[in-house]
Amino acid sequence: MAPEPLLTAENLHLSFGTATALDSASVEVHAGEVLALMGPSGSGKSTLLHCLAGILHPDQGRVTYAGRDLTAMHDDERSALRRSEFGFVFQFGQLVPELTCLENVALPLRLGGASRRAAQRSAAAWLERLEVSDVAHKRPGQASGGQEQRVAVARALVTRPRVVFADEPTGALDTLNGERVMQLFVAAARETAAAVVLVTHEPRVAAYSDHEAVVRDGRVRTREYAR
Amino acid sequence: MCIVLGMSVGHALLGLLEGGPRHGYDLKRSYDERFGQDRPLAYGQVYSTLARLLRNGLVEVESEPGAGPERKKYAITDAGVSDVAGWLAQPEKPEPYLQSTLYTKVVLALLTGHDAADVLDAQRAEHLRLMRELTRRRDGGDLADQLICDHALFHLEADLRWLEVTAARIQQLAAQVRA
Amino acid sequence: MTRWAADLALGMRLSVGGGRSGWARLTMIAVGVGLGVTMLVVAASIPAVLEARADRAADRSVESQQPLSLSSPTLLTTEIRSVFHDQAVNGRMLQPEGDGAPLPPGVSRQPAPGEVIVSPALDRLLASDDGAALQGRWGDRVVGTIGEEGLAGPGELTFYLGTDRLTAGTANRIQSFGGAETYEEGVDVVLMLLALVGMVVLLLPVAIFVSTAVRFGSENRDRRLAALRLVGADVGMTRRIAAGETLAGTLLGLAVGAVLYVVAGQVAGYVVPGNMSFYPGDFRPLPTLAVLVVVLVPVTTVLVTLSALRQVLVEPLGVVRRGSERRRRFWWRPVFPVLGVALLHPLVTGLDDSLGNQVMIVAGLVFLLVGVALILPWLVEAAVRRLHGGGVAWDLAVRRLQLDSETAVRAVSGIAVSVAGLIALQGLVGAIGALSAESQADTSRFQASVLDIYPGAEADEVWVRELSQAEGVEAVGTLTSVWVWPDPGAEGGAGAGDGPASGGEILVESGTCEVLAQEAQLGACADGDTFVVAPDGTAVPAAGSSYVLADGSGEGTGDGTGDGTLWTLPASAETVAPPKGGVAAMGGAPARILVTPAALGGIKLEPESVTAYAALDPAVPDALEHLRTAAGEVDPRAYASPIAQSTAALGDIRQVLLVGTVALLVMIGASMLVNVIEQLRERRQLLAVLVAFGTRRRTLSGSVLFQVAIPVVLGLALAVLTGSGLALALQTAVEAPLTFDWAGVGATSGAAALVVLLTTAAGLPLLWHLTRPGNLRNE
Repeated sequence: MAPEPLLTAENLHLSFGTATALDSASVEVHAGEVLALMGPSGSGKSTLLHCLAGILHPDQGRVTYAGRDLTAMHDDERSALRRSEFGFVFQFGQLVPELTCLENVALPLRLGGASRRAAQRSAAAWLERLEVSDVAHKRPGQASGGQEQRVAVARALVTRPRVVFADEPTGALDTLNGERVMQLFVAAARETAAAVVLVTHEPRVAAYSDHEAVVRDGRVRTREYAR
Repeated sequence: MCIVLGMSVGHALLGLLEGGPRHGYDLKRSYDERFGQDRPLAYGQVYSTLARLLRNGLVEVESEPGAGPERKKYAITDAGVSDVAGWLAQPEKPEPYLQSTLYTKVVLALLTGHDAADVLDAQRAEHLRLMRELTRRRDGGDLADQLICDHALFHLEADLRWLEVTAARIQQLAAQVRA
Repeated sequence: MTRWAADLALGMRLSVGGGRSGWARLTMIAVGVGLGVTMLVVAASIPAVLEARADRAADRSVESQQPLSLSSPTLLTTEIRSVFHDQAVNGRMLQPEGDGAPLPPGVSRQPAPGEVIVSPALDRLLASDDGAALQGRWGDRVVGTIGEEGLAGPGELTFYLGTDRLTAGTANRIQSFGGAETYEEGVDVVLMLLALVGMVVLLLPVAIFVSTAVRFGSENRDRRLAALRLVGADVGMTRRIAAGETLAGTLLGLAVGAVLYVVAGQVAGYVVPGNMSFYPGDFRPLPTLAVLVVVLVPVTTVLVTLSALRQVLVEPLGVVRRGSERRRRFWWRPVFPVLGVALLHPLVTGLDDSLGNQVMIVAGLVFLLVGVALILPWLVEAAVRRLHGGGVAWDLAVRRLQLDSETAVRAVSGIAVSVAGLIALQGLVGAIGALSAESQADTSRFQASVLDIYPGAEADEVWVRELSQAEGVEAVGTLTSVWVWPDPGAEGGAGAGDGPASGGEILVESGTCEVLAQEAQLGACADGDTFVVAPDGTAVPAAGSSYVLADGSGEGTGDGTGDGTLWTLPASAETVAPPKGGVAAMGGAPARILVTPAALGGIKLEPESVTAYAALDPAVPDALEHLRTAAGEVDPRAYASPIAQSTAALGDIRQVLLVGTVALLVMIGASMLVNVIEQLRERRQLLAVLVAFGTRRRTLSGSVLFQVAIPVVLGLALAVLTGSGLALALQTAVEAPLTFDWAGVGATSGAAALVVLLTTAAGLPLLWHLTRPGNLRNE
């Protein structure tokens, strides 16, 4: 029997103006699994990710994380949750250009109240884990795209989140760099038992997942899969 | 090499018969229109396939008196209908040059009122299952493994991309197919 | 050439076709340039305003030495100076001596005795509740108002009062108004200095604001230019296209400026203090200056654009910023302020009005202020590089400044220069204020005085009687003053060589002990005592000298010894010091004799002037005004004033300076706001990402606040330092006591802090908007 899912979305509806982004979308994420959200551009997969992460508030429906209703939470609570329980990797432009890579990775810990020294110590360890120690004291603009994404992955994992949300994490990278990022990312996530919600339109990236859910026209076309 | 391999011609003809009983000649023409753009089906192949289907009880003949083989009208049996459904639901084993089969499946799904998107999703799942395995093997293997797996992965990815495009165009295709 | 025109035109077309951000940029440039142009043209209009006011004032002026012809009718007139609250109300008494006597401009008929013709502003004041204490000061028969041509400005408080009490001896006899010589003495060096510092201080922030506005949205623009490079534009073309784009905004800005200027012209004359008011018609720029503005502003904006473009490489595939890693070199920066200080040395060592000296001072000021602007970027960079520690918000701000302090510094340089200048001016004004405020007159007994220099018979009794009835007046004491001559019969005369006017005459003033206490630092005093007031260094008349006092029966007062009564300075006369801080205390004034009534032994003085001291009830709010009105009813020519030295005028200047500082700070705030908004817009995606992983808005707001505050604090510190130094130098130059203007610095710093907070606050709505979750969507 499958255990309780960690994160569920039930019948989410969300529209931006007249455009319907989500139309009764439901999905389940289990602890420690890598779930790929696939689908064409504009299908609503990123929107679904944002709803799952408590960034966007759906018009209807419910998002439950570890038994807590995200949609009923105050914005501050959700922010706190994102700081402590979630991690994020985006396609690009996510690192603060003025901070060094090390400081960027340390940032979530410091936002959570850690001391500078402690935060930077864990950050350095994560940079090493993702094989980008050499850019620790450079600013993001001075690193390559692949290095930047690995720094971003390090930043997403540094708080040891239970769920990492990745939105086209390799979208701006070439095949080899993208694959290396995915290898390190998924390996690190599995090591820390973090679940990953991976939005991608690339099958080879989706191939790093355990399961996939296809989003089309704001709906998730789920299939029964064997666990 | 024939566009539609082996069994698929049989399923294609069965699918076409779901629309109603037809003469062998009609079947050939419909088939050619939909699937045989540069490789029309030979009469011999049509009749030999129909003979096989007849033998397996998937079609039956509604004979018109005093007629030769050209005047025979074929109709699909219940066994035939469920055979088509089973075939559609069964994803193809991911392999290169699968498109034609998949295309046939999609068109027939549309013709027979099955959900074509389901066909594609099933296929995507199957493809991804294989790709996951290949990815695991590649990331754990030596260079030769990596190269071989990459080759397969890229081809599978191309298939899947085609699937995505097809899925996106399915409405358009449905309109054309049903026309 | 046509290529150029085509590129410029393309730029102009792009500027209006850039979508929403393009329009935002165009609007920003237009508003910025518009404000700048308005300020400049307003400045260029001030000379015309002053001239128009001066012309109208000259037309109604009275030439006292007018040669009179026998044929024309004449008019007797004298000026009446009064004050209402802190505003001067100056008018004239008119007494025609025949039909067709000259009429002042703006007046259609001679007021009959007791009738008054008032300016519209005074009319309104009289009618208002506020002006209650003014009613009846010049009678209550208001029979008309003065037309525009007779007023310096619409807000001027003035009047013409008809009378029949003037004589040739107490008034001017004229046959026409106008023609009084305006004195054309060389402009005071100090005033010129102030004006020059003022100009530099005022115009610099305008320039900075305009250049900030021009840079608004330039990142977007650069990306557009990169797109043009991709389709084959070369570097020169992109520059010209960018120039054309800026030019479009600037031309629009000129139009905006023109509109704002017209509005300002309609409004400004009524907004400035009444006695500086002017008519909209006076408000027109000097043509040369206006043309200069219209030509130079667009040229400058284009130059700013081009120089900004030199900092970036616009490549077909994108925009590369040049030299962001370059460190600022320090060594050449102090050259300017050092040179400035060197040129300013005459301020301390001695100032004369030679041209060379003035040029030196002006150049010195400019160098010094430019030096401030030059040192600031280095200072900010050097200081910011050393900053560390602190929370996440602080870190984000400091790192941002470390990477790019340029934009912040550009806005703050304006603060530094302007505030430095304003602090210098405030320090100077404060010192001058201190100079006069030193005269701590004794206001314990009496708080106001009325000076009557045309005393009639029994003047002292009349004043006591009339003033005592005024609302809020508790007691009145009079001082009668008379000039006396040494008895020509006495041997050797009294105290030969006393006063500067010599001839030995000396002022004898009589009043009760209470009244005399206003005139000298008396010890014990009883009726019958006599005192000699002798400022340091003046000869004291010898006891026993006898003087001729004009007798009560005498007619004229100044002209002879006639049937004078002899009076001898008793030996008991005590020599006392003049009142603390009074004008006399500074030396140079002659000795005076103060007598109590009994000491005169019943001699009735024919006074030269009578000063009535009044004790006012502090509980009656407008007691002083009631006193003035009561005095005006007795004799409009009497001048009533509070005893406490009024530094109201200086207070006004300080207030104007403070308002100026605040206005400049607001402008700087606007520049910084533009920067903040621009920066927030640029990083909308990053902000969304930061919010996604749970950054509190508080942290982000804090970082915006620090980012604004750090440069402002540094700039302000530099400004206070430079400004205070400059103030000390200026104080030395005008020989005022050296003081540090704590109040001014405090107020300026407070205002700056407020501007920082407001700027941040004004940026926050955008921050809120940009950190709304939806913004992650635009991948």
